[in-house]
Amino acid sequence: MPQITYRQAIKEALAEEIERDPNVFVMGEEVAQYNGAYKVTEGLWEKYGDKHLVDAPISEAGFIGLGIGASMLGMRPVMEFMFWSFCYVAFDQLLNNGSFCRYMSGGLMNVPIVVRGPANGGTNVGATHSHTPENLCANHPGIKVVCPSNAADAKGLMKTAIRDNDPVFVMENTVLYGQKWEVPEEEYLIPMGKANILKEGKDISLIAHGRAAITALEAAGKLAEEYDIDAEVLDLRSIRPLDVEAILATVKKTNRVVYVEENKPFASVGAQITSIIQEEAFDYLDAPILRVSTIDAPQIYSMPLEKIQIPDADRVVKKVLKIC
Amino acid sequence: MTAKKKTKSVKKAERWQDVDVHELAKLEINQRLTDEEKVRLYTDMVRIRRFEGRSLRSYQEGKIGGFLHLYEGQEACAVGTISLLGADDHVITAYRDHGHALAVGMSMNECMAEMYGKHTGCSKGKGGSMHFFAPDKNYWGGHGIVGGQIPLGTGIAFALKRQGKKGCCLAYMGDGAINQGAVHEAYNLAGLWDLPVIFIIENNAYSMGTSQARSSAYPECLAQRAEAYGMDWDTVNGNILYDVRAKTYEAIKRAHEESRPTVLEVFTYRYRGHSVADANHEKYRSKDEILDYKENKDPITLTRKQFIEEGVLTEESAKDIDKAAMEEATASAEFADKSPFPPATSILEDTYWSMDNKGQDPQIDELNQGRFIFEDGGVYDK
Repeated sequence: MPQITYRQAIKEALAEEIERDPNVFVMGEEVAQYNGAYKVTEGLWEKYGDKHLVDAPISEAGFIGLGIGASMLGMRPVMEFMFWSFCYVAFDQLLNNGSFCRYMSGGLMNVPIVVRGPANGGTNVGATHSHTPENLCANHPGIKVVCPSNAADAKGLMKTAIRDNDPVFVMENTVLYGQKWEVPEEEYLIPMGKANILKEGKDISLIAHGRAAITALEAAGKLAEEYDIDAEVLDLRSIRPLDVEAILATVKKTNRVVYVEENKPFASVGAQITSIIQEEAFDYLDAPILRVSTIDAPQIYSMPLEKIQIPDADRVVKKVLKIC
Repeated sequence: MTAKKKTKSVKKAERWQDVDVHELAKLEINQRLTDEEKVRLYTDMVRIRRFEGRSLRSYQEGKIGGFLHLYEGQEACAVGTISLLGADDHVITAYRDHGHALAVGMSMNECMAEMYGKHTGCSKGKGGSMHFFAPDKNYWGGHGIVGGQIPLGTGIAFALKRQGKKGCCLAYMGDGAINQGAVHEAYNLAGLWDLPVIFIIENNAYSMGTSQARSSAYPECLAQRAEAYGMDWDTVNGNILYDVRAKTYEAIKRAHEESRPTVLEVFTYRYRGHSVADANHEKYRSKDEILDYKENKDPITLTRKQFIEEGVLTEESAKDIDKAAMEEATASAEFADKSPFPPATSILEDTYWSMDNKGQDPQIDELNQGRFIFEDGGVYDK
């Protein structure tokens, strides 16, 4: 299997879906003629033209709302946020119109929109550009939230998201954009709501989403090498729908859990997963569930300190050693 | 795509614009109305008035919860504008949405039942007064957040253009919405991309309890802000059905033939408060002002007068229309009253398409395996 970057994988997903369905178009700031702020859409405008790649002015509320309106009439908009950090100026559109239109109409209408872009810290850009809104968005029934941790997932989940009839928010990661993974050459789809065991193990479960799954995988390597602890790593892939079955299965197998995430800890995805585990599998736990999250302060600018603020493998290892 | 900049010279808009009804009647767009169609338009206006009256009563009886934003006084705007729409033309509006709903052909029963929170309501009791929808009639709501529907309407126009359809979208808002950022972002997109959307500001003079003088930096004319975005604009006497039709017709032609947006400012007046809960509505405006509109500028009275003069209506036939509308409204309240509330299980339904359509498309089901939706065991036991 050839190795391609996370960025290239998403681009292939967009290109394949544009070719498959004439209703698909990508809209966002600098996605067309500029070739994408992070080059995710590089070359697509040249190939598919104005009909499928649309440069929007810096008006997130305006163009996200426009995408939602267009999707009501059967278009398949893929809206790019240059950063998910910019979603807050479009919150009314995303979270009132995107998530609730179907419900408030008693199911008479659908909003088959994809909103995608990077949602991560770790790039030394300060608090305003380092948001991780997956927990916030998942708190709105009607929306699906996907956080791919690697290139193969990014492609397969993106294609699924574009074909899905509900609004799907795909949260990517700029740190991953340039990294390579093996990606199948033939067409494939990855369903939402199916977690992925990145590494089998028996002593403890490291459950994670997004890039934190890669951090967890690295930690699992260290745990095996240095402490002879065999950790299982479960990558959720999507926050909503959520693969509760897979979560409970790994808990029942290892009886110990550390949740790893780049979300801030207060009311985070990890907090939610912890609640589900204690409710559904309390008797299987041999230790309290612990969490490794981004340190609970606005994202700091200073480079060495931001490295401390975001979870790394060493922090995960330390946390694991508390209960293993 | 390049925006064609067409602007007008600055003009100060008057809330009450004297227009010559007889001249307007001679316009082709009004001439082409048959007697039957005129009676239909009049009937629709009266039906809205009576429906609103009846819903107020139901609200006061405690049958309707939440907010109730009544449309009484503004009927000519919804009926006049919507009377011009064809198969590929669409409508989206804000929370004062009953008039538009009836004008597009939704039934009083489904609308009243929705306000009662009943299963027979247009949105199965999930939307309420502010959230009526009928996509089969090109009616996309019914939206609760001021100005939030305007980008959606712009998107509908975008889709129409992209799909090569000769249609347009009427996107209604109140005068309060004009100061929302999302409206201006949508204006810019519509002007920039030549979208066939018609922004209709139903200017009823008050953003809840705040007059334009106290809320808008340039209160003389809200439509004129269109010029900043290279859009055409016009003002309309919203109490004169023929004027509403004439100006809307021009805008629709511009949308259909040139794919250009328009801003129309329709001067109108609401007799009730912002919502029924607005206890101050006789404090921020005078009783005399309300009375003046009711006695001298009422759209239904003025339309009736014109149609009687034209020989389309008689005092008698107008009374019959009114009586029938009242009966229909009363019957809708009875229908709503008798209808069942939705079952508790419906709380979870209609959240996700893919959940509601399980089994219909095996590929979709495959994609959605493992779905988990948080649920409150206290409300719904699987």
